[in-house]
Amino acid sequence: MSILVFVEDWSGAYKKASFEAVAYAKSWAAMNGVKVVAVTGANAPAAELAEYGADHTIQISLGRTAMGIAGQLSELGSDATGMVVAATSLGRSLAPALAALTGGALSTNTIGLPLNTSPVQVKRGAFSSKGIETIELNNALPIISFVPNSIGLEPAAGEGVVESKEVLSNDPLEVVSTEVASGKVALPEAEAVVSAGRGLKGPENWDMIEELAEVLGAATACSKPVSDIGWRPHSEHVGQTGIQVNPNLYIAIGISGAIQHLAGVSASKTIVVVNTDPEAPFFKAADYGIVGDAFEVVPKLVNALRAFKAAS
Amino acid sequence: MNILVCISHVPDTTAKINFTADGTALDPTGVQFVINPYDEFGLTKALHIKEAQGGTITVINVGPATTEPTLRKALAIGADKAVRIDAIPTDAITVAKELKNHISANSYDLIICGQESIDYNGQQVPAMLAALLNQPFANACVGLSLDNGTATATSEIDGGHATYKASLPMVVGGKKGLVEEKDLRIPNMRGIMSARSKPLEVISSTEGEGITKAVSFEKPVGKTAVKMIDAENVDELVRLLHEEAKAI
Repeated sequence: MSILVFVEDWSGAYKKASFEAVAYAKSWAAMNGVKVVAVTGANAPAAELAEYGADHTIQISLGRTAMGIAGQLSELGSDATGMVVAATSLGRSLAPALAALTGGALSTNTIGLPLNTSPVQVKRGAFSSKGIETIELNNALPIISFVPNSIGLEPAAGEGVVESKEVLSNDPLEVVSTEVASGKVALPEAEAVVSAGRGLKGPENWDMIEELAEVLGAATACSKPVSDIGWRPHSEHVGQTGIQVNPNLYIAIGISGAIQHLAGVSASKTIVVVNTDPEAPFFKAADYGIVGDAFEVVPKLVNALRAFKAAS
Repeated sequence: MNILVCISHVPDTTAKINFTADGTALDPTGVQFVINPYDEFGLTKALHIKEAQGGTITVINVGPATTEPTLRKALAIGADKAVRIDAIPTDAITVAKELKNHISANSYDLIICGQESIDYNGQQVPAMLAALLNQPFANACVGLSLDNGTATATSEIDGGHATYKASLPMVVGGKKGLVEEKDLRIPNMRGIMSARSKPLEVISSTEGEGITKAVSFEKPVGKTAVKMIDAENVDELVRLLHEEAKAI
């Protein structure tokens, strides 16, 4: 009887999503009066997980792919009564593979803690954020993949036992190479996002967007037309068919706010829109709006934020 | 090369989404349904592969007869034949098992799905299918090349890209980048005419009830009225972001 949580690390370091996964498992386990078993990589700082509620942490040499890790977790979780995965890029492949291997009932894109535990009911985003579904997991092994940054991160003490195990992994997929940009904030997990659209008039004008992002520690993003015409890479396209984000702060510069764009960003907690057109539909979805020229507003905003950071 | 492209039948990206009066399902009234946008990239990729090295493209959907116009559209775009597994699936694992049963009884070298469908946004079926078939799986796939039975796939990962190699058959969860947006095929008149005579086979469901259930749907709570700030007064925005929104 335990909730098993997969805790991802990036080259031996945890991110906020790692701790959120443990905190999610802890909240759920507390509803059922069971323990939290965390499974994490051999080189990860496993002792840190006790602060968020890990009772028992198993360190293993993780497979390099989602399918490989899913096999390892299904072996380690044979007596689990629930499983938790954070929906990182790895988690989004891992959770369904795990459900298929274990026969568990899965909720993905989950945006809150369980509402009920027998049977488990949770809320999840559907219809590209145009709907919220309450789903029931009618099975002895409910598996929840939650959207990072969708629940608060509360510390909670766990027993903190750590042990190492050997579990073989097996996947017919061979990893040839991975390339990860260093020094930049990755978009799906960013707590702040600065996004710009055609209002910027050309790719040469993105320096001020990068500058605003740097001041805020934000990731940069763009609208679909901008990625389609090649001003910015596809990987920055936020929207219904691009990346869906849910940062604390989303700043949209020169984006009109087509319904497909709003679908990718409406889960953001605070939305700021800067646009020359006072009729831009994005203002209806925003918390704060400025009608003005990006070329004047953005540099002023950068200066104001620098002054704020210096003073605080 | 025998390619299977899985097609979801979903509300158009511009559709207003409403739910039935009891809140347990999508209200399809007035909603136009289309090929899932993620699947369109996979279908065009399949056409590129067929044009380069020959082969047959089968499109498949698990759903009721109302999804057939979407399969016909895929035929009009250039698929050779269509299969509809006659079921009203309630969850992803049921869809994945239906697909697995069809795939096991046939022989496909490559199975292309969209990484997710824009209706339930589960991003579940492709990985489940790969796990059930015990085949290699590349999700968020933005590049795929085939050489003599070996696939090289490029996938988006957090903050970058990964490159994988696998022996066919394999399952791909595709998205924009698999082909470029400007290269997406749309049906032309000749395609639409020929689609009418292409085979669309309906096969019986092999699976029963699902293990998850939609209890209810609701619309997200809208934002309260936007606060407009004068363009000359960005300090006020910074103050509000800090004191009111607590976002900085």
